[in-house]
Amino acid sequence: MFELASLFKIFIAVVLVNNFILFRFLGLCPYIGVSRDTESALGMGMAVMFVMTMTSAVTWAIYNFILAPLNIEYLVIIAFILTIASLVQLVEMIVQKTAPGLYDSLGIYLPLITTNCAVLGVAMLNKDTLFGESLSFAKCIVQGFGAGVGFTIAMLLMSGIRERLQLADVPACLKDIPIAFITAGLMAIAFLGFSGML
Amino acid sequence: MKTQFFKGIIQENPIFSLCLGLCPALATSTSVKNAIGMGLSTTAVLIASNMTISLITTTLRAVSGGMFYSKIQNIRIPLYIVVIASFVTMVDFILKGFFPVLSKELGLFVPLIVVNCIILGRAEAFASKRNIVFSLIDAIGMGLGFTLGLFLLGTVRELLGAGQFFGLSVFGKNFKPAIIFILAPGAFLTIGFIMGFFRHVNALRAKKGN
Repeated sequence: MFELASLFKIFIAVVLVNNFILFRFLGLCPYIGVSRDTESALGMGMAVMFVMTMTSAVTWAIYNFILAPLNIEYLVIIAFILTIASLVQLVEMIVQKTAPGLYDSLGIYLPLITTNCAVLGVAMLNKDTLFGESLSFAKCIVQGFGAGVGFTIAMLLMSGIRERLQLADVPACLKDIPIAFITAGLMAIAFLGFSGML
Repeated sequence: MKTQFFKGIIQENPIFSLCLGLCPALATSTSVKNAIGMGLSTTAVLIASNMTISLITTTLRAVSGGMFYSKIQNIRIPLYIVVIASFVTMVDFILKGFFPVLSKELGLFVPLIVVNCIILGRAEAFASKRNIVFSLIDAIGMGLGFTLGLFLLGTVRELLGAGQFFGLSVFGKNFKPAIIFILAPGAFLTIGFIMGFFRHVNALRAKKGN
C-alpha cells in the first residue's frame, strides 16, 4: 500500500508539479513546432508517451544489469542515446504501418523524438536518483509514463490555445512563435499554482 | 568565409532565428555565469563534432568512390550521435573535474548537450558536406551565436530576477527583484519578447532595403 502511495505521488509530481515542459524546459522543440493543431499535438504526445515509458524500462535494465555491474557507468550517455534512437526507429515503423495519416502529419518531428531532450532527460533523471536511494523499476516506469502524460497535457492545452490565436489580431512581429512562448509563460505561471500540492 | 562565420551570429542566430537549442537556452539562462558556461560547453562540443564528422565523411567519400558511401548514408544519424555523445562525455568529465560548481548548476543539461538540435543539425546540414576548415568556421560562428543568445537571455533574466549582473549587485539594496524571471515563466516571457524584437528589427531592415 505504501509503495502504491509513493508511486501515485511520483505520478502527480511529474504530471502537474514538475511538468517536463513548463517546469523543467524539456522537449520544447516539438512543443513549439507541432502544437499548431490539436490532432498532430495529440499524436505527438502519444508517440512521446510510448517512447518515454519504453525508454524508462529499457534504460533501467541496461543501467542495472550491464553498466553498473561492469563498472562502465561513464558510457551512460552513449548507451542511453543509442537505446532511444533504436526505440524511436521502432515507433516510426509501427506508426507508418498502422496510421499512415498520422505519420504524414508528424513528418520530420517523428524521427526527431530521438533528439527530444525530454526522453533522454527522463532516462538521466531515473538514473540520477538511482545513486541516492535506488529508484525501483516500478517507480522508473511511473516516472516515464507520467512525464509522457504531462507532456501530452501541455501539448494539448497549447494546441487548443494556438488554434484560437490564429484568428486573433496579434502584432505582426509577435505572430506564431513569439506569441506561443508568451502563452507558454502564462501557462507556466498557472502551473506554478500546483507547486504547493506536494 | 566571412559570411560563413557571421551568419550564425545574427542572421541565422540559432536561438532567435532558427529556434534551435531552446531547452538548454531557457533552462540554463537563470544567470549570466551559467549561460556563458553552457554556451561555451556547447560550442566546444560543436567544434569537435563538426570537425570530426567532416573528416569522417570526406575520408569515406575519398576512399570508397561513391559505392561504399551510399551504404553508409543510411546509418549516418547513429554515427553522428555516437561521435557527439563521446565528445559530450568528455566535456562532462572536464566540467566535473575543473568546474564542479558550474557542473552542479547545469546538472542534467550537460549530458543533454547530446540532443541539442544545433549540433546534430549542423552535422547533417553542413559538416557532412563541407571540408574541415569550413566546418570549423561554421561551428565557431554558430557556437558564438548560441553563446550570445544565452548571454542576452541570461542578462535580462538575472537583472530583472535577481537585480544582479555576473553575481554583482546592480541596483543597490532597495531593489526588489521580480523573482518570477528566474523561475520558469520568466524564461518563456523573456524569450518570447526578445524573439519578437529580433523579428521587428529584421522586418524594419527588410523594409529599408526595399
